[in-house]
Amino acid sequence: MATSTIPPRAAYGQFTPQNMRRRQIVNLIMIGIVAFCALIIIIPLVHILGVCLAEGASSLNLNLFIKPPAPPGVAGGGIAPAIVGSIIMLAIASVLGIPTGVATGIYMAEYGTRSNRYASIVRFVADILLGVPSIVIGIFVWTLLVRPFGSFSALAGGFALGAMMIPTISRTTEEVVRLVPQTIREASLALGIPYWKTVWRIVIPAASSGIGTAIVLAFARVGGETAPLLFTTLGNNFLSFNILRPMDAVPLRLFNYAIGPYEEWHRIAWATAFVLVIAILLLTIAVRRIARGRFNDGV
Amino acid sequence: METLRVMRQWWHDRRRLGITATPSLPRPPMRMGLQADRRFRTLLGAFAGVIMLLIGAMVVLLVSDSLMAWRQFGIIPFITGTDWNPPFKIFGALPYIYGTVVTSVMALVIATPIGIGCAVFLTEFAPRWVRTPLSLTVEMLASVPSVVFGLWGIFYFAPWLRSGVESWLTHHLDWIPLFKGPAFGIGIFAAGCILSIMIVPYITAITREVMLKVPAAQREGMLALGATRWEVVRIVVIPFARSGIVGGAILALGRALGETMAVTMLIGNRGQIKSSLFAQGATMSSVLANEFTEATFQLYTSSLIAIGLLLLVVALIMNILGRWLVSFSARNEATGRA
Repeated sequence: MATSTIPPRAAYGQFTPQNMRRRQIVNLIMIGIVAFCALIIIIPLVHILGVCLAEGASSLNLNLFIKPPAPPGVAGGGIAPAIVGSIIMLAIASVLGIPTGVATGIYMAEYGTRSNRYASIVRFVADILLGVPSIVIGIFVWTLLVRPFGSFSALAGGFALGAMMIPTISRTTEEVVRLVPQTIREASLALGIPYWKTVWRIVIPAASSGIGTAIVLAFARVGGETAPLLFTTLGNNFLSFNILRPMDAVPLRLFNYAIGPYEEWHRIAWATAFVLVIAILLLTIAVRRIARGRFNDGV
Repeated sequence: METLRVMRQWWHDRRRLGITATPSLPRPPMRMGLQADRRFRTLLGAFAGVIMLLIGAMVVLLVSDSLMAWRQFGIIPFITGTDWNPPFKIFGALPYIYGTVVTSVMALVIATPIGIGCAVFLTEFAPRWVRTPLSLTVEMLASVPSVVFGLWGIFYFAPWLRSGVESWLTHHLDWIPLFKGPAFGIGIFAAGCILSIMIVPYITAITREVMLKVPAAQREGMLALGATRWEVVRIVVIPFARSGIVGGAILALGRALGETMAVTMLIGNRGQIKSSLFAQGATMSSVLANEFTEATFQLYTSSLIAIGLLLLVVALIMNILGRWLVSFSARNEATGRA
């Protein structure tokens, strides 16, 4: 890769006043092209948001949040079981994902020196886990928790989501813990405070807002996941609180309604999509903004 | 002092027991804090081990559960078999592999230039008041759930493709087998297009990251030589960031391969190999999504898990390769060489 620290020699002769006009035209055309690229990225997002609102508006009312699904063909109904199920499964996911992810991130940041083989392997594996297709995680959890127990369950769904949260949280946590200045650690150690206590009482509080960001981003990422839930929690038309039985989830309900044949289902699907997208976007944006401000003046 | 006392005691004991050889210096007992440090580190390390456990269990379970299919059909025949026929207990994965490869490559071909263009615009040309909302938009597009893309695809994107792009292509480029009609909207073409929309943000994000690492001095040098801003991009920025861009594209490819919901909703789910892009098809992930809960006998389940394993392996190879290329370009930046 020994291309160009210095521009290639061919470049020197090119910048002559004689061809200036042509080059400026090329320049303008290329700027136009890349700006156009940027523009066509915006269109789908705006269109999706607009359509979700337009199509879902008629079903976007309180019933959506508090009613169970109506029988096929009957108007009305809501997605209450799905919302409850999603909340329960996200709670299960956080029990697995948050402590593991945060602890892993802290380990990699605090002990992951170049000479620590274990930490570099963990980091590599976390990257790998981040790249595993979500449907494969679904199958894995099916073989691990659904088949042996003989039933689809919210527990399995939560586990699948938790497994997806771990690498997201750990990589972000590692980054923010590394941002805590070394001098703070040194000051603490100089006072005779043991390293573990330094990490526990000084480093973690200093990085806490960043770690919070990591967690919320992980929620936003797995909250809309459908593929890992297909064979783990399966879905359920009724409100259920038993985590060893199938449960509904918002993205699953959305999927089932979207591919279903009824007009009414489609309307509810759009309203659900709108709620889901807005929730995820708000989480993502709000948290990023806060984190950015915090890091700029804090660290 | 405590240490000294212990040492003296220890020395004394040895004398009494009649050991006279000169001992190596005894290790002083550890202070409480150090011991706690060690325990803390071990504890965190144990948590970190959970990730390894997960990946290990995943590989072991997927391999052991797909063994039946591998044994029954053999690895190569399973991959190259074109017939997927559950009632006759014949399983060949090629139609699905074909669907996955075609949709992903299509997505990559469409998304890479657009993604790079957008990154170039963001890093090099966009005024500040455009840059912030635009990069926010790209982030937002990346966080829209796959199933919402699917919903939008079914009711808006695919019909639009059918009446617009596809009908034009079938009219004017009919002589290319790829664009032979009839076009229904739902099909491989639509799946590839929606995948491209979904992976553009990744390509843009990674490309942008690598481009931001190009040293300012290089840009300034070019400008001082009288280059236009596009020439700076073409001659300095893109060559410098090349391996990172390629890595980003490969990472995006890895994502596209495993993407399930939107593709399942748009591809038509028919396991067939047709030369036309407008035909319906199925991908590895879509067949899993559709058939996994309906697999009634063990060989069927095992074959599906075998497809899952293939998907995992391919996605991991893409992922590792892509990351390696991106970090390669980051390392170049550290040493100041491109």
